[in-house]
Amino acid sequence: MSEWIEVVELAQIPVLGSRVIKTRDMAIAVFRGSDDRVYAIRDACPHKNGPLSQGIMHGHSVTCPLHNWKIDLTSGEALGPDEGCTNVFPARVEEGRVQLQLEPVEEVA
Amino acid sequence: MKEKLVLIGNGMAGIRTLEELLKLDEADKYEISVFGAEPHPNYNRILLSPVLAGEKTIDDIILNSREWYAENGITLHTGDKVNEIDRVNRKLKTESGKEVGYDRLLIATGSNPFIIPVPGADLEGVIGFRDIADVETMLSASRSYKRAVVIGGGLLGLEAANGLMKQGMEVKVVHLMDRLMERQLDDPAAELLKCSLEADGMEFLMEAQTAEILGDERVSGVRFANGSEVEADLVVMAVGIRPNMELAQRAGLYCERGIVVNDTMQTYDPRIYAVGECVQHRGICYGLVAPLFEQAKVCANHLAQLGYGRYEGSVTSTKLKVTGIDLFSAGEFIEEEGDETLVLQDQAQGVYKKLLIRDNSIKGAVMVGDTMDGSWYFQLLREGADISSLRSSILFGQHDLGDAGHGDETRVANLSADAEICGCNGVCKGDITNAITSKGLFTVDEVRAHTKASASCGSCTGLVEALLASTVGEGYAAAPSKKAMCGCTELSHDEVIKAIKKEEIKSMRKLFDYLNWKTPDGCASCRPALNYYLLASWPGEYQDDLQSRFINERAHGNIQKDGTYSVVPRMFGGLCTPKDLRAIADVCDKFEVPEMKVTGGQRIDLFGVKKEDLPAMWKDLSEAGFVSGHAYGKAMRTVKTCAGKTWCRFGTQNSTGLGVQLEELTWGSWMPHKYKLAVSGCPRNCAEATIKDFGVVCVDSGYELHIGGNGGIKVRVTDLLCKVDSEEEVLEYCGAFTQLYREEAHYLERTAPWVERVGLDYIKQRILGDEAERKALHERFKLGQEYAQIDPWKARADGAQANEFTPIQLAV
Repeated sequence: MSEWIEVVELAQIPVLGSRVIKTRDMAIAVFRGSDDRVYAIRDACPHKNGPLSQGIMHGHSVTCPLHNWKIDLTSGEALGPDEGCTNVFPARVEEGRVQLQLEPVEEVA
Repeated sequence: MKEKLVLIGNGMAGIRTLEELLKLDEADKYEISVFGAEPHPNYNRILLSPVLAGEKTIDDIILNSREWYAENGITLHTGDKVNEIDRVNRKLKTESGKEVGYDRLLIATGSNPFIIPVPGADLEGVIGFRDIADVETMLSASRSYKRAVVIGGGLLGLEAANGLMKQGMEVKVVHLMDRLMERQLDDPAAELLKCSLEADGMEFLMEAQTAEILGDERVSGVRFANGSEVEADLVVMAVGIRPNMELAQRAGLYCERGIVVNDTMQTYDPRIYAVGECVQHRGICYGLVAPLFEQAKVCANHLAQLGYGRYEGSVTSTKLKVTGIDLFSAGEFIEEEGDETLVLQDQAQGVYKKLLIRDNSIKGAVMVGDTMDGSWYFQLLREGADISSLRSSILFGQHDLGDAGHGDETRVANLSADAEICGCNGVCKGDITNAITSKGLFTVDEVRAHTKASASCGSCTGLVEALLASTVGEGYAAAPSKKAMCGCTELSHDEVIKAIKKEEIKSMRKLFDYLNWKTPDGCASCRPALNYYLLASWPGEYQDDLQSRFINERAHGNIQKDGTYSVVPRMFGGLCTPKDLRAIADVCDKFEVPEMKVTGGQRIDLFGVKKEDLPAMWKDLSEAGFVSGHAYGKAMRTVKTCAGKTWCRFGTQNSTGLGVQLEELTWGSWMPHKYKLAVSGCPRNCAEATIKDFGVVCVDSGYELHIGGNGGIKVRVTDLLCKVDSEEEVLEYCGAFTQLYREEAHYLERTAPWVERVGLDYIKQRILGDEAERKALHERFKLGQEYAQIDPWKARADGAQANEFTPIQLAV
C-alpha cells in the first residue's frame, strides 16, 4: 500500500468543485462533494481526454465539459449508455486536509 | 419481509410499469412476479407488422430477454394464464394450478381482437392480428395458400394486408365504410392512401358488410350482405380490439368498456392497479402505446408510494407502418361549423396535408406523402399554441430541417440506411433504426442517449423523431406537452420560473428543497438553468453559484478541445484603434498565442491560451482598456455594425455610434442563451441585422427594430417589431425586449424559437401595447446591469477566484 500524500486544504476546494493536481506525469482532478467527501480521478475523460476537472459535479459524478459524458467519480466509469473508464485514486480528508494515495497506475480507457 | 407485487399480463404496458418502478429506490420493497399467457418474454407488439412483412424477425422485437427478468429478481411465468383473482384472500389461481398470494396486483391484460359474430367465424384459417401466434399462423398460411382476405381497412388491417402481400399472397381488403382509416383520415387523404396501396397491388372492397365466412373445415371464401362472394384461404379479422377485462370482471372489479381506473391507475380495489389497453380512464380506452407509457410512469410512482404524479389522459397520433407510405394523423380531422382548414394538395407528388384550425390553434392534422412535420404539428396541437403568426407558411413545415442541410429529404422512410442523419456526430439512419429496434427505444431522449444523434446542435431532432415514428409507428412516444426540465424534476421550465418569483426563492438549496428536487445536487443540465433563473430574478440578491456554471462561464473563456481557452476582448461596436491592436498584439507575443482570428461578430479571437495564464493576460488587456467580450457565455455577445454614415455614401443615421451605445447598454448581461445585436446604416443591411436577436436597420426617417433572427443552426429572418424615431427610443425598446426575453424565455432557448413559441403578437403587446410596461421592463434591465457590468476579467486579474486558475504542483 502506498502512503497518503497531503495535497491541499479541503477549504481550498469549492463545494461541488475541483482543483487540478499536477504530478510529474499526469494531471489529477480532486473533487469535493456537497457532503465534503473528496474524490480523485485522472483529469482525462475516457471519451476524448476532456479535462474532467472543468466539468460540473453533481452527486458523486461529473459531466465532462467537452461532450457531456457523465463519469462516476467513485469508479471512474462512464455512466448511462456510454462506455469507458478512467483511473481513480483513493482520497480522504484528515483534519481538514485532503490526502491522496498515488499508486503508479496503468492507463485504462 | 418484502411485499408481493404480482403482474398479470407480460406485455408492453405491464413491463414498462415494472421498468419505471425499478428506476426508483422504493422498488426494493417488492418481490415481483409476472404471469403471461403467451410463451414469450415481453416483445414489442407494435412491430408485429414488420415481422409479418418479413422486415424483422421475432428475435428483433423482443424487448426484455429472460435474463432481464432474472437480473432484476423478477420471477417470470410464461404460458400460464391467470384464471381467477381471489380478492378476499388476495390470491391468484392459474391455469396450471398454481396459487400465488399478492399484496399488490397489477393488471395489464391488454386487449383481444374483435371477431365479428358471423357464421363461420370459428373456421380454421380465420384469425385476428394480435400476437406472435397470429403472425406465425399468417406466415405459415402464406407458404401453402394464395388468397387472403383482410376484414377491416383501419390501421391494423392495412398493416396486416401489406405484410401478407409482401409474403406473396393476393390480398383483398374488405371495409365496411366508404373510406379507409375513417377514424384517422378524411376523404382526400384516404383516397390518396388507397391509390398508393392499389399501385402496390392491394385490392379493396369498400362498403362491404361481411355476412358469412364460407367453408367446411377451413375457410374457402367470404359472403357479403349483398350476396356477392369472394374466395379466400385465409381471413384476418382486424376490425378493432376490445379491452380484455374478463378476469377483472369475474373478480368483481368495476368495469365498463374497460377496467375503470382513476388518475393514479387504481381500480375500485385499492390494492389492484391496472394499466394499458385493458383500462378505461376518464371514459377513454386507449389502443396505442404512447398513452400506456404515460400510465406506466404514474402507476410506478404510486406503487413506490411516492404519491405524486397523476395521469390526466393523452392526445394520440397515428403513423402507418407500411414501408414506402408516409401517413400521419392526429386529433380531429372533420371540421365542425366555424372551423377553418388549411390544405395543401399535390396529386402528382402524392402529397396531401390538412390542418384543422379552431380559435387560431391546431385541432387536428392529417398528412399523406410528406409527414416530416407531423411531430411539429402534433406538438403545436398539444400545446394549444396560437398559430396566427405562422399561418401563411405553416403548411410548408418547420424549416429547421431543410436549412440544416437535409434539403428535400422529407421522406425519411425512403432514405437509405447509410444516409447521414446527424451531421454533428456522424450518425446514419441505419445506426438509429438499429438502436431503436435492438435496444427497444421509444423516445427521442433515449435515441439521443444511445446513438448521440441530435445530441449536439439538435437540428436533426425532427428527422430523428420522424425515424422513431416510422420505425415504431404509433408507439412512438412524442415528448409530453409539458416537458420536465430534466430527469431531476417533473416540473417544467415555466413552473420553475414561476415558483422562483412567487415563493421568492433566492438560493439553489432552498429551490431544491422547496421544489422537491429528486437529486441531491441537480445535474449538469438543470443547475446552469436554475442559476440563470435565480440570477435573472434577483439581481444583486442572489449569490451567483460558479459551480453551477458551465466551465466557459466559470473560467470566462471558451474551452477548446485540447483543454486550452480562447480569449475575445470586447471592442464596442467593432471599432478599434491602432493602440488597441498594438495592445492585443503585445499580449499575443507575451503569452505565445498560437493563433489569432477575426470572428463573425467583428472581434479578435486569441486561441490556445493556457488556463493558468488567463488572469495575467486579462491584467494586460484590462490595463489597455479592454473588458471581457463574453464570447464564451450565455450572454450578450456583440453588436455588429456596418461602415456607417461617417464614411458610407448610403448611410442614413449614425449607425456605428448607435451600435456602440447599444453595446454599452447591454454588455455583461447574462441571458438564457447567446444574444447578438447588429445595426445597419441603411436597408442594404451590411451588418446583417435581420438575422440577429435584436437588429436595427436605419432608414432615412428613423429606425426599424427587428427581433428574433438567427443565423446559426436554423436560419431565421427577424420579425419587424416596429419603427421608432430616435436613438433614445431604440435604446429603450432594446432594453425592454432584452429584459422580456431574459425574464420569460427558457434557459438555452434562443430568441428565434422563443418568439415562435410565444408569438410575435404577444411580444408586440408587451413592448408596444403599454408604454408604462415597456419603461418598467427597460428599468428592470438597467437595474440588473448595475450588477452585471462589473468586468469579470479585471476582477480575476486582481485576484478573484485565484484557485480556479491555479493548479497544485506535486513533486511526485
